[in-house]
Amino acid sequence: MKMPTRLQNEANKENLLINMGPSHPAMHGTIRIMLELDGEKILNSEVEVGYLHRGFEKTCEHKTFFNLLPYTDRLNYVSPLINNLGYVMTMEKMLGIEIPERSQYIRVILCEMSRVSDHLTALAAMTMECGAFTAFLYYIQAREELWTIIEETTGARMTTSYIRIGGVRADLHPDIKTRLAKATKINRRVLKDNHGLLDKNRIWIDRTRDVAVVSPKMAVDYGFSGPCLRASKVNYDVRKAQPYLVYDQLDFEVPLGDNGDNYDRYLVRMKEMEQSLRIIEQCLNKIPKSSGPDELMLKGLEPEDVIKTSRSKRVEDTVKLSPNLEGSEKVKYPGILTKDKKYIVPPKEDTYTSIEGLINHFKFFMKGNGIRPPKGDVYFSVEGGSGEVGFYIVSDGTDKPYRLHLRGPCFHIVSALEEMIKGHYVADVIPTFGSVNMIGGELDR
Amino acid sequence: MEIKKVIEELKVKFKDDITEFSKQFGDDVIRVKRESLLDIVRFLKKTPHNFAMLLDLTCVDYMGEEPRFEMVYHLYSISNKNRLRIKIRLAEDDLKIDSLTPLWGNANWLEREVFDMFGVHFIDHPDLRRLFMYDGFEGYPLRKDYPLRKRQPIIPMRYEDAD
Amino acid sequence: MELDMVGSPDGGFFTSKLDRAVGWARKYSIFQYPFVTACCGMEYMSAACAHWDFDRFGVGMTTFSPRQSDMLFVVGTITQKEAPVLRTVYEQMCEPKWVIACGACTISGGIYDNYAVVQGIDKIIPVDVFIPGCPPRPDTILDAIEKLQDKIQYQQQDWRWKSKK
Repeated sequence: MKMPTRLQNEANKENLLINMGPSHPAMHGTIRIMLELDGEKILNSEVEVGYLHRGFEKTCEHKTFFNLLPYTDRLNYVSPLINNLGYVMTMEKMLGIEIPERSQYIRVILCEMSRVSDHLTALAAMTMECGAFTAFLYYIQAREELWTIIEETTGARMTTSYIRIGGVRADLHPDIKTRLAKATKINRRVLKDNHGLLDKNRIWIDRTRDVAVVSPKMAVDYGFSGPCLRASKVNYDVRKAQPYLVYDQLDFEVPLGDNGDNYDRYLVRMKEMEQSLRIIEQCLNKIPKSSGPDELMLKGLEPEDVIKTSRSKRVEDTVKLSPNLEGSEKVKYPGILTKDKKYIVPPKEDTYTSIEGLINHFKFFMKGNGIRPPKGDVYFSVEGGSGEVGFYIVSDGTDKPYRLHLRGPCFHIVSALEEMIKGHYVADVIPTFGSVNMIGGELDR
Repeated sequence: MEIKKVIEELKVKFKDDITEFSKQFGDDVIRVKRESLLDIVRFLKKTPHNFAMLLDLTCVDYMGEEPRFEMVYHLYSISNKNRLRIKIRLAEDDLKIDSLTPLWGNANWLEREVFDMFGVHFIDHPDLRRLFMYDGFEGYPLRKDYPLRKRQPIIPMRYEDAD
Repeated sequence: MELDMVGSPDGGFFTSKLDRAVGWARKYSIFQYPFVTACCGMEYMSAACAHWDFDRFGVGMTTFSPRQSDMLFVVGTITQKEAPVLRTVYEQMCEPKWVIACGACTISGGIYDNYAVVQGIDKIIPVDVFIPGCPPRPDTILDAIEKLQDKIQYQQQDWRWKSKK
């Protein structure tokens, strides 16, 4: 921290050096930008990262494949289900598992809800820092509606660990169609209001049009992906280029921008949210029915009686489980999890009433056993909120990964930030940085 | 252009430099000698192969094997939708490799990260410094012989850990 | 919730009543400095906005200058690289000042026990209220603000001739 930085060495001695430090309201908390100024114009800049480096890759080498799922939630913490999905699909590619169709639709619904909440948070932060406080409050209200539904389905508002290897953890709420219909209606109203507030607003256009223009060649050169690449008119979306899950059966468009400036990045995100809401509605119409009854399992035998009876003879009736296991009863398993028993947690009815279930449970969780993929390395990527989220996993046959590497999309976009703000004013740094949507957990890992 | 044709052309043009062609879980992987990295990558970047995007650049530490480190590059072509993985092995006492900064802009920060975490030196890199760790940090954290919990605090703590 | 009197008042009836009055004034107008780094920041944003608004409790004024604030709200993981920054910000604040540590990472390092994370911010600065959770729900954050307000009301206020350690 005491050595002079590159900017201090290179800068002209007469120009002013300013530090937008690590604890700054508009820096999303964890980045340091040093600027060399001539009046208010930026001549040169340097970006310093690493203030949220939490040692994710090294920690994962010491945890088993099942145990490291909560660490993946906290990477891109505004859309945690998409990181879960990226990791889990990489493991499924390595292990060669087939998952049932209902669970694929459930994954798509939750991922699109996560993507909408990512764009809402990004635009909320960007507009608040420019001064549009009303737009920020409307966006957060829309996000609360989605997070309430995510909490009813997965159990947590944010860091969910819901998408697991082999499927998902629990089935959807039986009343999900009406609740999601209400949430999408509120989201559409919020999007319409914000289009009216910002699209033709003189102040917004003056602050974001023709600022930090990124040409298509520069975008591909720096490895951009996601909305920032599509705002520069390059058509690359992982959901269309290498379709995974059921995206090839759904009908949605990929919006493109014109110039590649901040205004286009804002507009592409707004249009993508509309497309995500369309995908959610199509999925709710096409999803296959769940195996097992629709109403909540509040009837059945008491657990203590079942455990006592199972000591002498096998029990086949339904058991009344505790409320936090709702959705993951044995009767729902064929719809949500794969048939291959080696990679999933067995249902609780089997674990407590039969010896095979107990042995399955024991072998899954015991250190040294559990999920042991074949030797080799694999790379797979999904479309995240900021771009292409890729996982590269090297396995050596044991139950822990030998090396796990995340290809974070924000890393490549922020590495181009120094070039994007050159020649603009100090006040242009704020909307530029907001439109880039830097998330510290993904940038620094 | 299909990925099979790309591999055929590479076999014809660079038969001495590429030591191994394989397929891992459906991905195409080539193993390359260190000196010919820049030539192969320049050939792949031009038309008609069009591998215009450097997706990722990382390193793996195989402690106990000789040579110890392995650099892994992922390339992607937007127009042809092809993916390719390039691997190079480096020995511990000769940890240098050519830098890809003249070809791609994001190679700058990616190589700084690999230098910070593993200690690999990149020839002709314009500004090779630590990226994530702070000045005064000794050692390379992601190597296998660096212990997980060895902390090097910058400012004095008010009390120590109980363990 | 009425706490018992914290610390014995030396001086008698009038100084203790004065302590209470000053405490009442201080607790309903807290200027906070949100030191937001990571995932808990999303729940902090939710606690600040329409549904769980903490402006009704008097904590709504977020200043972004430590010299004009009296509560430091540390939200998110603090790494070894960020620790000097946190210490500098804390030392720039004027007395009287309070600190709330939000989230498991600030209490004890959370799920990250490795080379890069400080295992609890009370190794760097003294803390008044700890909020557990990963991340804590916005309701929990509001509960913590109420507990801090109780502490401010019933603590022995610092006067110019004696300072709080």
